[in-house]
Amino acid sequence: MTVTEDREVGAARRRKEDARLITGRTRWTDNITVPGLLHMAILRSPFAHARIVSIDTSPALSRPNVVAAFSGADVADVQGSLPCAWPVTEDLVHPDRPPLAVGTVRHHGEAVAVVVARDQASALDALEAIEVDYEPLTPVLDLEQALADGSPLVHPDKGTNKSYTWIFDSAAAGTGADVAAADAEVVIERRYVQQRLIPAFMEPRSVIVDPGAGDYTIWSATQIPHILRVFYALLTGTPEQKVRVIAPDVGGGFGGKLQVTPEELIVFMAARRIGRPVKYTETRSDTMLSAHHGRDMIQDVRLTARRDGTVTGISVKLIANMGAYLGLVGPGVPILGAFMYNGIYKFPAYRFECSGVFTNTTITDAYRGAGRPEATFAIERAMDELGVELGLDPIEVRRRNWIKREEFPFTTVAGLVYDSGDYDAATDKALALLGYDELRKEQELRRASGDPVQLGIGTSTYTEMCGLAPSRLLGALRYAAGGWETAAVRVLPTGKVEVVTGTSPHGQGHETAWSQIVADELGVAFDDVEVLHGDTRTSHKGLDTYGSRSLAVGGIALVEACRKVRDKARTVAAHMLECSPDDLEFTGGAFRVRGTPDAAKTIADAAFAVFAAHDLPEGVEATLDADATFDPETFSFPHGTHLCAVEVDTQTGHVAIRKYVAVDDVGKVINPTIVEGQVHGGVAQGIAQALHEEAVYDESGTLVTGSFVDYTPPTAADLPDIVTDRTETPATTHPLGVKGVGEAGAIAATPAVVNAIVDALRPFGVRDVPMPCTPERVWRAIRNAGTESGRS
Amino acid sequence: MSSTAKITVTVDGDQYIDTVEARTLLIHYLRETIGKVGTVVGCDTSNCGSCTVLMGTAEDRDRSVKSCSVLAVQADGATITTVEGLAGPDGSLHAVQRAFHELHGLQCGFCTPGMIISAIDLLRDNPDPTDDEIRDGLSGNLCRCTGYQNIVRAVRAAAAELRAPEVAS
Repeated sequence: MTVTEDREVGAARRRKEDARLITGRTRWTDNITVPGLLHMAILRSPFAHARIVSIDTSPALSRPNVVAAFSGADVADVQGSLPCAWPVTEDLVHPDRPPLAVGTVRHHGEAVAVVVARDQASALDALEAIEVDYEPLTPVLDLEQALADGSPLVHPDKGTNKSYTWIFDSAAAGTGADVAAADAEVVIERRYVQQRLIPAFMEPRSVIVDPGAGDYTIWSATQIPHILRVFYALLTGTPEQKVRVIAPDVGGGFGGKLQVTPEELIVFMAARRIGRPVKYTETRSDTMLSAHHGRDMIQDVRLTARRDGTVTGISVKLIANMGAYLGLVGPGVPILGAFMYNGIYKFPAYRFECSGVFTNTTITDAYRGAGRPEATFAIERAMDELGVELGLDPIEVRRRNWIKREEFPFTTVAGLVYDSGDYDAATDKALALLGYDELRKEQELRRASGDPVQLGIGTSTYTEMCGLAPSRLLGALRYAAGGWETAAVRVLPTGKVEVVTGTSPHGQGHETAWSQIVADELGVAFDDVEVLHGDTRTSHKGLDTYGSRSLAVGGIALVEACRKVRDKARTVAAHMLECSPDDLEFTGGAFRVRGTPDAAKTIADAAFAVFAAHDLPEGVEATLDADATFDPETFSFPHGTHLCAVEVDTQTGHVAIRKYVAVDDVGKVINPTIVEGQVHGGVAQGIAQALHEEAVYDESGTLVTGSFVDYTPPTAADLPDIVTDRTETPATTHPLGVKGVGEAGAIAATPAVVNAIVDALRPFGVRDVPMPCTPERVWRAIRNAGTESGRS
Repeated sequence: MSSTAKITVTVDGDQYIDTVEARTLLIHYLRETIGKVGTVVGCDTSNCGSCTVLMGTAEDRDRSVKSCSVLAVQADGATITTVEGLAGPDGSLHAVQRAFHELHGLQCGFCTPGMIISAIDLLRDNPDPTDDEIRDGLSGNLCRCTGYQNIVRAVRAAAAELRAPEVAS
């Protein structure tokens, strides 16, 4: 017998998912239809803040093809309140959030009433027949004014616009940041504004609820089918076992589909009332208005240091915009960031304080990175400022503070234990790929010659916490659920393998990567593995996909399930080979008797023997399958160094990215092609925050970036080629060594780009440019530099 | 309440005769009337290009159009090719489809049908585009997953394959 040891893990496998996606044989939720399906349209508030004086849906009922119409008042006693699963403090102010507004609307686009009709066009047509009389109220829009005495209130019954204040202070464990500040030689104080962003996944959200006889089948374009099922049961009173949630093909999420949405509950109510299946597919305009937004924080950062560049402490005061209500994990987003303001550095003292504030805007919640991009931006911008203050190169000031490779595992000032990393290796590689020294020389020449196009180089040496999350820690942070993940592996009688994962991919390629893992663990062919996901009837348990957790948590569960299967197969193989299980080794995809390699049985041989069950060893059940649940002990900590060179036209303010280098260390890699793709996409979204995107409300609280015309996600022509490379320091806390990659690019890129722009403009006295760094803002920053407004 | 019209249209090789409302958009006709749900809707302002199909008329060879910006009645007499009609009769993929798969030019895949169609049209106009020309040529199609880098690679690779003289078998 020929022994081949083809290693799937690490191979640049082409994706299994592609076959249906490149031929149009996809099952997006909006592609799905069921007999008797009705269509719903939603009337949304045109006001940011208004009292609903009266509302009459009855005129819509006489429109053609209309089956039903109702408003919040009609369902007030049954609709309940949408969930917040992360009440970060005991005294958090948590207002009710009815799916359909009752009495008051609190943001532009809030759902007010619905029409259900035989077709979507009829439903949309009939919306205009609904009569609503609004009495506009003063909107609360500015974060600092919202906290001021006498501010109008988003929720007057709560008496405050502040939802919570959450504090971390290292003083509890030793040195506090205030102590560090007292004898600081250098103090850097800056305010950074994380503008509001819109996740802008490409597939608009869609949901179908099909009521049976007391049971419900629900399709939703969601990242979280399992979590959604639990909440459907809790919020509608339907027994959980009567609810089946399916996330079919899902077209992107980036955190934006990590939500239990008003629309999901409204469609449910409509289907239950009418007794027929109902579908709602949002328009892009609906998405922009009502799907949750991200970021939107004001960060006051104070870094204290000695003149040799050693940072002695960091203090961060945040105001985070929650929007009009609390989203599913919205209050926790800045808290995830709280663990990351110390970045990759050995800061001895740290104080963090965050206030979550209500305004009359769409809710904010997780968007790619969720708190960690904001934290990384603040510290990486501030480290550049410290370098300038001390006359140190931005790389050098970082080197003097970061954790050295021999210092791992390292307990940070925020209390996390970083298990592994090599910041020197990643940085050295990135510097070489960028051609850092040559570009610095060119920068000097351009400065000396007064070139109108100035060159800037930006650095971002980031880390992040991936693999959400140890359940014990989530409990300590008052998160309602755990952070484990599950997998089930079944070897079928013919030796093919079915894998059921609790993760819920929407572009990440789990079907491919999970197949690679199983192929190696069980010695089966890549093509013989089928990965099932996203349907709570086949995948009973799971906590879904977000927070770069799927591989770092779900992948480990998969490995453990495979190893249980292998152990069972070993017992069967030993019985077939009439030897002791201890005499067998598993190599080349088969169990072989040590010293007699021709005596071998594969997993498939064992599977058929188990299926036949004619002669099983004592105590072995007639199935070759296993479940495993993995709850991580700790997070994983990918890191890397991103460098960006920009050319800034000082006459027009136009910024062109000349070169972008991303060297990431995501631990062990299952599929380098998928990893590279994740980095590309993340970097693109990070660049988009730096240069292109901002959700803007006008003074009346109207979202003026409510379409792709005004909210301008970058096109192919707007983005540069990205040079990617990796270093590899495996995670040491679990058997797979992986760390996670989904959010890394989005976390790293934004400060790299803004640091580059500010670096280019230092000779003009520019210390900051607010994001997005549009030509107008860059031009104004140059023009105002040296004046007081230029320093703000 | 609204007028209707009878249209005859060939989609992916099959002829359809239907009565449509005058206001019906081509994308809605394709998806809802004849079940061509491989082509999708990503926005309502004709920015995203997810709904792009090829449309040929008696006057002109087929060109990419955003089917959200064409009325179904305008397609009367036209030949439409969607992503579902690109593969050969034997199921062999179009060079652009193959290149997207080989070079990981898609992640969630929602923009992919429109992106592939736009790329095909681009390569007919310009069989040997530079990277910048590819980026400009696809700037009517938004992708949120890939940062476009592997899409550009895929289009470049497909261009080379389509230019190569056919090898006699």
